[in-house]
Amino acid sequence: MEKQYETVIGLEVHVELATKTKIFCGCSTAFGGAPNTHTCPVCTGMPGSLPVLNKQVLEYAVAVGLATNCDITKYCKFDRKNYFYPDNPQNYQISQLYLPVCRNGKVEIETEAGKKFIGIHEIHMEEDAGKLVHDEWEDCSLVDFNRSGVPLIEIVSEPDMRSAKEVIAYLEKLRMTIQYLGASDCKMQEGSMRADVNLSVREVGAKEFGTRTEMKNLNSFKAIARAIEGERERQIDLLESGEKVIQETRRWDDNKGESYAMRSKEDAQDYRYFPDPDLVPIVLSDEFLDEIRAKQPEFREEKMVRYKEEFDIPDYDIEIITGTKHMTDIFEAAVALGAQPKKVSNWLMGETLRLLKENDMEPEDIRFSPENLAKLIALTDSKSINGSVAKEVFEEMFKNDVDPEKYVEEKGLKTVNDEGALRRTVEDVIANNPQSVEDYRNGKEKAIGFLVGQTMKAMKGKADPGMVNRILKELL
Amino acid sequence: MSILDMTAVELAAAIKNKEVTVKEATLAVLEQIEKKESAYHCYVTVDKEGALKKAQEVQEKIDAGELTGPLAGVPVAIKDNMCTEGLLTTCSSRILGNFVPTFSSEAVLNLEKAGAVILGKTNMDEFAMGSTTETSAFGETKNPWNPEHVPGGSSGGSAAAVAANECFYALGSDTGGSIRQPASFCGVVGLKPTYGTVSRYGLIAYGSSLDQIGPLCKDVTDCATIMEVIASHDLKDSTSVEREDTDFTSALVDDVKGMKIGIPRDYFGEGLDPEVKAAVLKAAQQLKEKGAIVEEFDLSLVEYAIPTYYTIAAAEASSNLERFDGIKYGYRTEDYNGLHNMYKKSRSEGFGAEVKRRIMLGSFVLSSGYYDAYYLKALRVKALIKKAFDEAFAKYDVILGPVAPTTAPKLGDSLSDPIKMYLGDIYTISVNLAGLPGLSIPCGVDSKGLPIGLQLIGDCFMEKKLIQTAYAYEKARGAFGRKEEN
Repeated sequence: MEKQYETVIGLEVHVELATKTKIFCGCSTAFGGAPNTHTCPVCTGMPGSLPVLNKQVLEYAVAVGLATNCDITKYCKFDRKNYFYPDNPQNYQISQLYLPVCRNGKVEIETEAGKKFIGIHEIHMEEDAGKLVHDEWEDCSLVDFNRSGVPLIEIVSEPDMRSAKEVIAYLEKLRMTIQYLGASDCKMQEGSMRADVNLSVREVGAKEFGTRTEMKNLNSFKAIARAIEGERERQIDLLESGEKVIQETRRWDDNKGESYAMRSKEDAQDYRYFPDPDLVPIVLSDEFLDEIRAKQPEFREEKMVRYKEEFDIPDYDIEIITGTKHMTDIFEAAVALGAQPKKVSNWLMGETLRLLKENDMEPEDIRFSPENLAKLIALTDSKSINGSVAKEVFEEMFKNDVDPEKYVEEKGLKTVNDEGALRRTVEDVIANNPQSVEDYRNGKEKAIGFLVGQTMKAMKGKADPGMVNRILKELL
Repeated sequence: MSILDMTAVELAAAIKNKEVTVKEATLAVLEQIEKKESAYHCYVTVDKEGALKKAQEVQEKIDAGELTGPLAGVPVAIKDNMCTEGLLTTCSSRILGNFVPTFSSEAVLNLEKAGAVILGKTNMDEFAMGSTTETSAFGETKNPWNPEHVPGGSSGGSAAAVAANECFYALGSDTGGSIRQPASFCGVVGLKPTYGTVSRYGLIAYGSSLDQIGPLCKDVTDCATIMEVIASHDLKDSTSVEREDTDFTSALVDDVKGMKIGIPRDYFGEGLDPEVKAAVLKAAQQLKEKGAIVEEFDLSLVEYAIPTYYTIAAAEASSNLERFDGIKYGYRTEDYNGLHNMYKKSRSEGFGAEVKRRIMLGSFVLSSGYYDAYYLKALRVKALIKKAFDEAFAKYDVILGPVAPTTAPKLGDSLSDPIKMYLGDIYTISVNLAGLPGLSIPCGVDSKGLPIGLQLIGDCFMEKKLIQTAYAYEKARGAFGRKEEN
């Protein structure tokens, strides 16, 4: 009988924190910027400079730790990880090895077989490196230190996942939690969330883990799923043909759909970790932890329960809206401004999702403000504009976040509520379309639709279709 | 009195009273430098132009009443491991031979705010690794008391410059004795403050958990006055301590009645030169005669200080010196083949033998498999050494002993035997391991005519007790110092 294999997966997830300044200096973390403009002696490792911890980094790290049920290390330290590379200005990275800020956490995910806990081994704080820019024309490499010192947390899971689906569910869960905390935007494409996959296979029922490999360069959930499948198959093929899996780091090439070895365990560097003497140990008081705890937001599960109780919207809508922090923020703000929840939800679920898809955008990219959405809903509620005008206005809002009141005013899109004017137009339409009038009077109900259409056309769309219908029926 | 014979505080007073101008003082000391440098080589860089320009600016501020402090207008020398904006800062190493910092260290800024005129950067052991100033890539400094002898180290240039009147005072740094030992060898006063008292921002690190900046100067009054200026709580240095007791000059009181002074028997055993021993014990006797309570005691763990220190300092140094890779600044080898070859050749050519020795030692003790046995164990011993001092300071205000086992050795005698050189640090390094303040003050001259230093050690933050004891001793001792021919 063919052997059955089980995949064992653990993840190392790096998340770039949303602080305004870097982890050990006051430089901006803003993306972009000309090379080496967001730098100072500290983040370029100049002689004599010293690091000072950004307290916001610690707060975010602890908040993520609490949200993922970790034990918080009340006496933690930074360590130096020593290795030479030009993107690393001190030739050591300030990280945490011996006393990471959070340990022993877990998060719950949904799997096909029901709920499951994924253990978190630790979360530690560290600094990002700079970026090497290879100049092909000059045959040299340049270093941009703008990213050097941008704060990261690394979330190390236990080897608790068994499939790509579980991995994606875990990553989604982390992303959602961290976004809700406001600790990071967690955009994989932009690198503010990065995952390395540790994977091994073993025969079903085996007690010992197989030899694992570490896969790097995974830039999307899809790439992660493909890499997991690819690596699982590669390892099974090796075992089936009597070979051994070598413990090594591999790089995934998503275009080719294959990976290649970067370095083996034998080449593994000795990082000579030791506590950084430039940074004093961090002692976390109960008061500090209580403060962070008090600031924890309402997470997705809690929101879903509350939405169900408070708002008359379908479960599916709730799932989509709470699926991204940005959507819930818009939803809640618009509702707070007086818009009817059902109507807000309809705009988000209908036009918003359609336009996102059309423009290949993520919910995080939504630009319109809840204020403007609430105004638009108010305009339709008061019948100042009709449904098709509202859609037109919404498209403009989606593109440029225009103020719908001003836009409607400027473009003259307001519904004409002058019954006399409308009546005169309807009379003209009846006079000019004797055939349709005839059809209607002969019992062809549908013909009135054509007459409504003609009236709307004559009114340039600015009439209330209900009113048009009523006047037509009266006159006919 | 000649300008050059004045102490820093005396000169500042003379400037304030318009007896001397800042320019006159600066010119006098620059002339002395010109005369003496070929013999002693205290400086790596003399910034004549910058000093004269600064002298003018400072004079104007003094005249306008903006600068009234007790050091305003006094020319100073800075050890070449403290960053000075726009002024070459080499750590006496080839690898930083062309390095010009973009900012000044906090201690230097504090001096500048007080109206200091910076004369230049003093020679040192390369990256402060050494006890003789012979490991400098730019040639050794010679002891002004006898140019055949070393000035001590690593702040040898600063100590010699004070002794040779090539400055009125100087800043040094002390990781294992690097202020106190050269002060002792050159017959000047030196203080290594409590760890965290003077900001390390801008000090190019050797052993970060041990490094501390302090003054080298002509007498105890200068020492207290300089400390008041350079001590500060600096938010740029996480290890900087907020202190409210930095009114060091308030301790300049000639009274040691009831001061409890402990003499560790362990500091007077084998290896201590009899002449040094006699001079130090005579100083203890003089303090006793002034009313101090002096008694002997056993300070344990003394023999473990040296291996502990060389493990921790070398480990930190091996990491601190990684940034010198020839990529962003400093020396880069001419010919290389690829990145790793560039690193290797730049560092092989840029660092001297003693620095390489300590990088290798430090890398070894941090290596996987050896970390627990060496580095972690050293940290534990460090904690025990601190505890031994805590017990001593439960009984005594001040611990008194020698600074070094001998007076200044001859040039060339130490480098051939690094272990012997390391053993010379035995009385000073435990002070760094425990983070304590230690003061060195001249207490005699040996039969070769070389000065002997007395070391006073205090509990953390107890600099004032050291200053008070040293001040009282200074009064009892009387004038000291070979008159430098100006």
